[in-house]
Formats: sequence, structure tokens, C-alpha cells
Amino acid sequence: MLFYTLFLLVTTFSVFSLDENPAKGLLSMLNIILLIVPLVSIMFSTIYLYNSAEFIELLVSQPLKRKTIWLSLFIGLSASFSFSLLIGIGLPIIIFQPNAIGAMLIGIGIILSNVFIAIAMLSSVKTRDKAKGIGFAILVWLYFTILFDGLVLFFLFQFADYPLDKIMIIISSFNPIDLSRILILLQLDVSAMMGYTGAIFKDFFGTSSGMIISFSILMFWVFFPVFFSIRNFNKKDL
Amino acid sequence: MIIASNVTKKFGKLTALNNVSLTCNRGECIALVGPNGSGKTTIIKSILGMVVPDSGFITFNGNNILHDWHYRNHIGYMPQIGRYPDNMTIGDVIEMMKDIRSDAISLDDDLIVSFGIPDLYNKRMRTLSGGTRQKVSACLAFLFNPSVLILDEPTAGLDPVSSEIFKEKIISEKNKGKLILITSHVLSELDELVTQLVYMQDGQLLFHKTIDQLCFDTGEKKLTKAVASVMGQSKITSFGL
Repeated sequence: MLFYTLFLLVTTFSVFSLDENPAKGLLSMLNIILLIVPLVSIMFSTIYLYNSAEFIELLVSQPLKRKTIWLSLFIGLSASFSFSLLIGIGLPIIIFQPNAIGAMLIGIGIILSNVFIAIAMLSSVKTRDKAKGIGFAILVWLYFTILFDGLVLFFLFQFADYPLDKIMIIISSFNPIDLSRILILLQLDVSAMMGYTGAIFKDFFGTSSGMIISFSILMFWVFFPVFFSIRNFNKKDL
Repeated sequence: MIIASNVTKKFGKLTALNNVSLTCNRGECIALVGPNGSGKTTIIKSILGMVVPDSGFITFNGNNILHDWHYRNHIGYMPQIGRYPDNMTIGDVIEMMKDIRSDAISLDDDLIVSFGIPDLYNKRMRTLSGGTRQKVSACLAFLFNPSVLILDEPTAGLDPVSSEIFKEKIISEKNKGKLILITSHVLSELDELVTQLVYMQDGQLLFHKTIDQLCFDTGEKKLTKAVASVMGQSKITSFGL
């Protein structure tokens, strides 16, 4: 965990010091948040949950509600990841970019961590086998960062003759990483590069109601996996 | 006190428990005996709510244990292999347990003292030997003065002195009128402890008898021999002879 914090701290500092233009630095940071943060969150959480399986078993034999045990695990993981992110990315951003975009970057980083911790909890409660669980975690990360975009691109080319702009907004909400990327990019005023669709996005995500909706979709991405993992954990044989 | 009615549990194709019914009362000391994989640990885990039965139900003091967790305040459980977070010290683990069960009325640290655990308070769990881990598990099971003690292979890995201390503790708790459930393969150790014997095989409960009844039925005086003769018989019956 300490290593993760240090890693984030060093990368953020170096990214900001490398480039004169802090906006470019923010873009590089965005990529780190969208790629590294989900990967570390989902991998670390899955491995941690499998390693503490026996300890969870011990807790279940004690007079504790299963829901309490599971939620405490989630809160513990979530708190330590959010804290690492606050120090690792928050500190340099306060120094180099103390503005709304910086704050939004940190906020999105924290939400994304929580989304992937939640998915890790669901995958580790679903599979008993450690190797399978970790494999599934990697696959989920790969799907959301790479495969999903490929599929969307394929879909776009297939149906290029139809107006897809509105549908694109809905599709992007199926991927928390995409949603976060769009939210940040629009703040950075590079949406002009995204052409007509960018304008539609700006129309939707740029408004405050659009932001609220997309943030609540991100929160759903945290809430649903946790909810289903609790339901599964309540029925699980240990 | 604990009543299991027609409990069935399947793990995939394997039937771990097949229509098991069991009644345990205060002041009894029950030995759960049977070959490996006969469902002893599964029935214990079902009583603790760690395994949810497919059918049948278990009641504790008349209340169904399904979706309940308060009843576990009255149970002290010593697992077969106690695992604790590696980087915690013994002291941390004991403090944490006290924190979890803060509503326990009286604490019973007899075992902690007689096992000499306070000298090891600063040792990390990962550095402990298997026997010391067992001692910690035993201390935790007895610490909160529960009215039911469930001990899964308690003496495996304990040295003779500790195991003697432990047995005396079990006897003194039994005399206080607590219910004690023990699984063990070392039958000679159970000899002086148990009042009743439950024999399980292939997920089925073959019989539940008092020791006197069992010795009378088999014509043996020692528990070891009585059980051996039962096991011999059940082997014959399972071969269809």
C-alpha cells in the first residue's frame, strides 16, 4: 500500500515536472488514473480477499452479522485506497494544479478505485478458487480498458449510417472508465477534437444535470457490485 | 439446547450431510467420531452458521439459527486450523476478539494464564508454531465463558503437558453444566471426557449413544475398543456382509 502511494507520488511529480504545460501533465495523469488505478485496485483487493479467507472464516464463527463483516472489509479497502490516492495524486495536484479540474481528477480517481474494489469483492465471493478469481479480475480490467473500446468502435463502424450520438452516451455509461474519461476530457476543453459527437457529449455531460447523472451512474457502479456481493456472501458456505 | 432436524447439505455431487438429526443438551459432553470426510466438520460449521444447509434446520435454545447471529454469543469455537492475520501479535488478536464480543459478561482467562500466553503477547502470528496457534484458538474459545463449546480436533498439535491442562479445563467446564462438542481422532484422549458419542459415516449419523450404553452394547470397557468394534462392524455392513 505504501509502495502504491509512493509510486503514485513519484509518477505524478515527474509527469508535472517533465512538461512545462500543466494541462498536458493533467492529460498524462488522466491516463495513469484510467489505467493504473483500476488495475492496482482490482488486483490488490482480490488478492487481499483471498489471502484473508481464513480470517473471514474466523470472523463468521463469531457473533457478527455477515453483512457487517463484508461491509467492513469494503470500507477498509476503500479507505486505504482513497487515502493513498489523496496523498499520491492529491499532493502534487495541490502544488501544480490547484483548480476544479485537479479536484475532479482526484474525485474520479477515488470513485474509480471504489468501483474496482467493489468488482473485486463480487468476483472473489463468486469464485472459491484463487487462480480463477484473480484471472477473472485481470479479465475485467482488460475488458473495461481495452476490449470495450474495441467493441464500441466495431459497433460504430457497423452502424455508421445511423445517428448514434445519443446511443453513445448510454453505451459509455456501461463502462466506468469510459465515463470517467469523457467527464475529465470535457473539463479539459479538448472536446472540440471529438467532432460532432464531442459536441453532443458536451451538451449532455457538460451541463450540471449531465454531470450529476454521470456521477450517479459511477456511484451505481460501486453500489451494485457491493450489493450483490453482500447477497452472495450471506449465502456462502465457508 | 441445540437441535438439528433432518439437515442435508450437498457440495456439488458430494453429500456431506445426509438427513442428520442431532439433539444436544446442557451438561453433556459429546464426541463426534467418524472416519475422515464423514461430515463431522460440516455439521459443526452448520451449527455455527458458516455452512447453510440445503434442507432441514437447526435451532439454538428454540430459535432457528438461520439469518440469526446473536446466538453465536453463547458459542466458543475452536477451529481445526486457526488462522489469524499474519502481522497481528497474539495480544492484538485477543484484544480484537474482546472488542468483537464486548458484551460478554465475564471473561475467563484461566487458559491464557496456564498456557503462559502473556509472555508471548508481542509475538506475531506468522512466527507461531502450529501448537501455539492451537493454544491461542483454545484460549479464544474459552475466553468469553460461553455456554456451548465447540472444539474441532482440539488436541492435535498440543504437547502432552498443554493437552493435559486443556483436558482438565474441559472437564471443569463440563462440570459447570456447559455443553461441549468435540471431534477427535485420538479416542484415548476422549475416554475421560465424554458422556455421549455420535458416530458419523458418509454424511450419515449412524448412532448417538451414551458411553455406558455403548460399552454395554459392545461388551467392551474402553471407549477406544468399543469404537473400534463399531467401526469394524460398519465396515462389514458397508461391504454388504
